Amino acid sequence: MPQIQLGAIDYAILIVYFAFVLGIGVVLRRYVKNSEDFFLSGRSIPTWIAGLAFLSANLGAQEVIGMAASGAKYGMMTSHFYWVGAIPAMVFVGIFMMPFYYGSRARSVPEYLRLRFDEKTRGFNAISFALMTVLSSGISMYALAKLLELVLGWNFHTSVLLSAAIVLVYIFLGGLTSAIYNEVLQFFLIVLGFLPLVLLGLKDVGGWDGLTARLNTVATGAGYEAGAWTYAWRHLDAPSANPMGVEWFGMAMGLGFVLSFGYWCTDFLVVQRAMAAESMLAARRTPLLAAIPKMLFPALVILPGMIAIALHQRAGGFLPLGADGTPNYNLAIPVLLAHYLPSGLLGLGLTALMASFMSGMAGNVTAFNTVWTYDIYQSYVAPGRSDRHYLRMGHAATVFGIGLSVLAAYATTRFNNIMDMLQLVFAFVNAPLFATFLLGMFWRRATGHGAFFGLLLGTLAAAAHHGLSLPGDALPGLKGGFLGTVLRHYPSEMAQNFWTAIVAWTTCFAATIMISLLTRRRKSDAELTGLVYALTPRQTDAGLAWYQRPATLGVVVLGLTLVLNIIFW
Amino acid sequence: MQLDLRLPMGFMFTIFGLLLAGFGLASDRAIYERSLGINVNLWWGVALLAFGLISLGLALRTAKARPQP
Repeated sequence: MPQIQLGAIDYAILIVYFAFVLGIGVVLRRYVKNSEDFFLSGRSIPTWIAGLAFLSANLGAQEVIGMAASGAKYGMMTSHFYWVGAIPAMVFVGIFMMPFYYGSRARSVPEYLRLRFDEKTRGFNAISFALMTVLSSGISMYALAKLLELVLGWNFHTSVLLSAAIVLVYIFLGGLTSAIYNEVLQFFLIVLGFLPLVLLGLKDVGGWDGLTARLNTVATGAGYEAGAWTYAWRHLDAPSANPMGVEWFGMAMGLGFVLSFGYWCTDFLVVQRAMAAESMLAARRTPLLAAIPKMLFPALVILPGMIAIALHQRAGGFLPLGADGTPNYNLAIPVLLAHYLPSGLLGLGLTALMASFMSGMAGNVTAFNTVWTYDIYQSYVAPGRSDRHYLRMGHAATVFGIGLSVLAAYATTRFNNIMDMLQLVFAFVNAPLFATFLLGMFWRRATGHGAFFGLLLGTLAAAAHHGLSLPGDALPGLKGGFLGTVLRHYPSEMAQNFWTAIVAWTTCFAATIMISLLTRRRKSDAELTGLVYALTPRQTDAGLAWYQRPATLGVVVLGLTLVLNIIFW
Repeated sequence: MQLDLRLPMGFMFTIFGLLLAGFGLASDRAIYERSLGINVNLWWGVALLAFGLISLGLALRTAKARPQP
């Protein structure tokens, strides 16, 4: 693609943004007095900030670039990641899980696992999570630097080191609060930076009707029914009827239940934002509040992809082509930015894009330094030290966490396959995790051995399913089929991923139940109070007006999501 | 709360708004060909300015209601 030339006004906006990011870190520095201030913001964050940060922590590179790419590639069906995936999971975590997370005073998700199960389950989760966050942060950095190199012609090394340095400074100074505040800034920046882009694009293609007409041509051109790009559910009866290659069951169960619940309910990166909330009520409302803007995000991140592919169709080429002749979907947003935004607004759009990459990194780094310090260092390396010691370790962990991310970013440039492979391994580890939490929270008989070996078997089942299946016409290797025989061919990678998750979850669920029944229960009811649903006093919201209650909010959120699903049926 | 986030946020978007609206007034009309002939810098700059001022206003109102010791 042709490189974008930035004007003085664009640089001015970028510099103002960086000045505020760093300034917030500097101001917040004096509020960091102990380790809980640094890692959990002293549990003092108001609901609206925690909610927007909850949403924003996940709004990294993957979300913005990836969702637009999927919007171009699969159309309206991509919204299932929101309206079937994220939203119900966010309501669930707010209403059912937050009372345990926040009420148990656990400082991290792995720590909850130790309180509920045992040391080895925590260790397994803490170590895999710590590695995964460093890696994701590195990949985020790599993707940002590659994009800036391609779009602006900036030097790759400068971009990596500059983004790393900025993130380092503001987290080092202000800890989690700094990361959270910047995530909220970034949220507004993304909304206000991308909205004009979407509006201009939509106006250009002739509104929703014009877009539908164009996308119908795209769909029929690709051999699908006319509405395949503009309806969310209508073409889900068979994998061959839609570009995603999935059917409703794999979609609802794999994405909606296992993957989304697994991510939003157990990933410390997002849960940490709610744990930092100022009260139990604030913590429970955090994910619910986040769900309201979340349900509208398809308009900001998926719609641009759909507009890009419509323009691609109209002009007979809009997105740059990749080596294999297919459009490079990942460039949908940058190409649209360059196409519609004049100098000025262009600076704002690029700043929003960079902000999203950096907050993705920062989210990972703050989750990493907490899990490292509390769950690995304090537990296995140096227990029983003073709080000051752990605060210092948190600062140090921020430095070497970012150092490791930079290494990971460079490793990605050299060994693309190793990174893909590690991500695959982590996907295997994560897929069964939600079964462990579900049983842990709702079944007091679940034991530590049951949880640990259930997780292990679930992970192995995921690996085995992946190794015995292949998507599309891919060759055996990283994409699957590495166990020699291929028992099942899936129409797409997405379908294969959904089914890998379903298999892993089911295996973990069944194995945890069986092993728990065969092993002795070691935790008494008293020890499990506050950790298991039946043994935890219900949250009484009697003092609250009906519209202030989390349950009401949850019902409203689900109702609105249902309406969106029906509109775009 | 430690630092009212609406304060820095309001400042930042006020500055963005002034920068964009100012640039929109000063810039050559020709650059708006790509944005379908609309002076998006001016209009969006005004919107950002409004957002920034509202955020600042809310922060100041809270600060006034609860004077710092």
